Amino acid sequence: MIPELGEFALILALLLAGLQALFGIGGPALRRERWVAAVNPAVAGQFVMVATSMGCLVTAFVQNNFTVRYVAENSNSQLPLFYRVAGVWGAHSGSLLLWIFLLGCWTVATAFGTARLPKQFSARVLGVLGAISFGFLLYTLLTSNPFIRLTTPWADGLGLNPLLQDPGLAGHPPMLYTGYVGLSVAFAFACAALLEGKLDREWARWTRPWTTAAWAFLTCGIVLGSWWAYYTLGWGGFWFWDPVENASFMPWLMATALIHSLAVTEKRGLFKSWTVLLAVLGFSLSLIGTFLVRSGILISVHSFAVSPGRGVFLLTFLVVMIGAALSLYAWRVPHLKSEAGFELTARESFLLFNNILLVTACGTVFAGEMAPIISLALGLGKLSVGPPYFNPTFLISMLPLLALLAVGIHARWKRGGLGGQGRTLLLTLAAAALVGCVTAIVIFHGRGVLAPVGMTLGTWIIFSSLIDPIERLRRRIAIPRAVLGMTIAHIALGIFVFSMTAVQGFTAERDVALANGASARAGGYTFQFEGVGPLHGRDYGGSIAKVVVTRDGRAVAVMHPATRMYWVQHTVTTKSAVLFHDGSNILVALGQNLGDGRWSLRLQVRPLVSFIWIAALIMAFGGLLAITDRRYRIEQARAQETVAALAGGKT
Amino acid sequence: MRLTRLALALLPIALLLGAPWARAIAPTQMPTPALEARYERLIHGFRCMQCQDESLANSPVSLAADMRRQIRQMLLAGDTDRQIRKFFVSRYGYFILFKPPFVWKTAWLWLTPGILLLVGAVAAGVVIHRRTLLVQSDHEEPDPRDGLTRTQERGR
Repeated sequence: MIPELGEFALILALLLAGLQALFGIGGPALRRERWVAAVNPAVAGQFVMVATSMGCLVTAFVQNNFTVRYVAENSNSQLPLFYRVAGVWGAHSGSLLLWIFLLGCWTVATAFGTARLPKQFSARVLGVLGAISFGFLLYTLLTSNPFIRLTTPWADGLGLNPLLQDPGLAGHPPMLYTGYVGLSVAFAFACAALLEGKLDREWARWTRPWTTAAWAFLTCGIVLGSWWAYYTLGWGGFWFWDPVENASFMPWLMATALIHSLAVTEKRGLFKSWTVLLAVLGFSLSLIGTFLVRSGILISVHSFAVSPGRGVFLLTFLVVMIGAALSLYAWRVPHLKSEAGFELTARESFLLFNNILLVTACGTVFAGEMAPIISLALGLGKLSVGPPYFNPTFLISMLPLLALLAVGIHARWKRGGLGGQGRTLLLTLAAAALVGCVTAIVIFHGRGVLAPVGMTLGTWIIFSSLIDPIERLRRRIAIPRAVLGMTIAHIALGIFVFSMTAVQGFTAERDVALANGASARAGGYTFQFEGVGPLHGRDYGGSIAKVVVTRDGRAVAVMHPATRMYWVQHTVTTKSAVLFHDGSNILVALGQNLGDGRWSLRLQVRPLVSFIWIAALIMAFGGLLAITDRRYRIEQARAQETVAALAGGKT
Repeated sequence: MRLTRLALALLPIALLLGAPWARAIAPTQMPTPALEARYERLIHGFRCMQCQDESLANSPVSLAADMRRQIRQMLLAGDTDRQIRKFFVSRYGYFILFKPPFVWKTAWLWLTPGILLLVGAVAAGVVIHRRTLLVQSDHEEPDPRDGLTRTQERGR
């Protein structure tokens, strides 16, 4: 009964999404005020239906309803409640429903957020969102309905992929999807502005908080995924340039570019067409990301669902959606000229470089992502593109970006110049170079050029970002939240670059075979192996080891790496023991029994690796802080006054 | 009955899928640190042909173990890194290399970053040149904070 209700609600949601698109886009175009007025009710109705549908699927999971194929394939009666709920997005169909549900949440938020903006504009934004929702609902109903029943119910489900049974990964898809879907709001704002033919600084101000919010969620989602991969897969890296990771990273790069380009559009009314193009591209990349991951076209760890039919639908949807947006863009772009100028050393120039470098980086990742497919088409056979391609090519655009950032944040708008900060900036560079070189060469005994350069750049960004807040504090000038958020995000980037350099350059990694009581050294720590015992879990068994970690004769911790054998899926996973000590991250993974009492173990000591994730989270926090800036709210209040004044004038 | 049969049918698939999740932790001893470093570099640069997206260094399957043994033997026999790479590429194709080769059909991949940067630099040059000319005769758009009066005018 409940699954049928869910399916029915989904069909109603499809109809309401269609109406939302029709009223929202058609209403303003045909000047039908009634249609415009009907947009908000359609949004509300669609959301209620989508939420109902989502609720039905969650209920089916919670109640262990194994008459539903999707539940039977992705859950098990032995599974704890938390993972039964997380099982909803454990595979393709449910993650699509989650996508749609989150789109519904964003749409409702947008409806509230744009309530004070001109009615026509708000209707158009919601209309575009309706069209996106319509496409995804149709896709779900036609190709990946999660509510389909089994003709013969199974006694028990197959269980959730053990890899996904982890708090980090349970939270990763919702977070990442919130970011992906959030970019559709920026896209909808861009389309609405193009439809209206009016794209000004006000538009940029309206769009900014939404884009930044989406960007912050995307950041958090990527961090969770990276953290999960670090300690579950136990490969001992924070980033693999895996095709699926790249699929989430490309929209992030575009969104970052968009945030900066929107700053110029808001402040100076420049780069309008470029900003709109970035909004369209960012959303396209998040759709392509979904397409790449879900079509199984890229064989990678994450592509659980191999389903070409679904891929074709998504590709068609992509072409229609992006094609429409780009045609609209081509039609309107001649009207988006602006006559404002700026000097070479102005803030605008630096943000232009920022955009070019970020888009270059994104294009580089895209090329690497597409190379295996193109190589097949060229008859070269399969090709793998891994870190040896991505690392150096990515650095080509990132190194100048970081250096330009440290200078650019002090550049003045329009007339250019550093506003008398040139000397201070040079001093901070000298100080940063000192810190970077001392850390790299004296503390970590590093050789090579890259480590000191990376650490210097990271430190320089931190120091340079601090100049302005310190100056303001000294003069007792208040710091607007937007500036504070930006500063925090930039400092976090500096921390990120610094710690990433440390991890890349100074990781100690060893595979050892140890007998009971024997010990091995890695990265300044001593690891003493004290045997393996049996492990008894709820739906798994396995082995758990005891490893005593010491440094310079002093005890640090006792670590318990384990291997788990999941009964239902007959899957073995490693559960590495992860420890945070003095900024370093120690990872011990248990291998197999080598016989005669010896076990293989992997020992890794990664200096500062935890700061990579912490920094990324701080970055996201900076973004969220910037959204709460007063001026976004004042702007809305003003717009409301305008509308009220207009209404008053008419009557 | 049906369920047991299903479970039996799914078992090999589960094992096949499940195998790569476990990691290979394979301690090795090479006679000299230099050889050890080369060995590490090589096994991290080759892809395991049986699993998804893992290097030989991390793969637990027996094929990977055989290939690691092969590399060890070739290193001990005095083969260069280049010879070892050539040997594996001739057997498994370019797919085995995590670093794509630079041949004419993959040249576009390696040239993409440079071309993008070049196009970006030219575009930036053109934009900045045009904008610096405009700075003198600048007609700045009115600030949207004055939106009240502007929108009212439009409304009339």
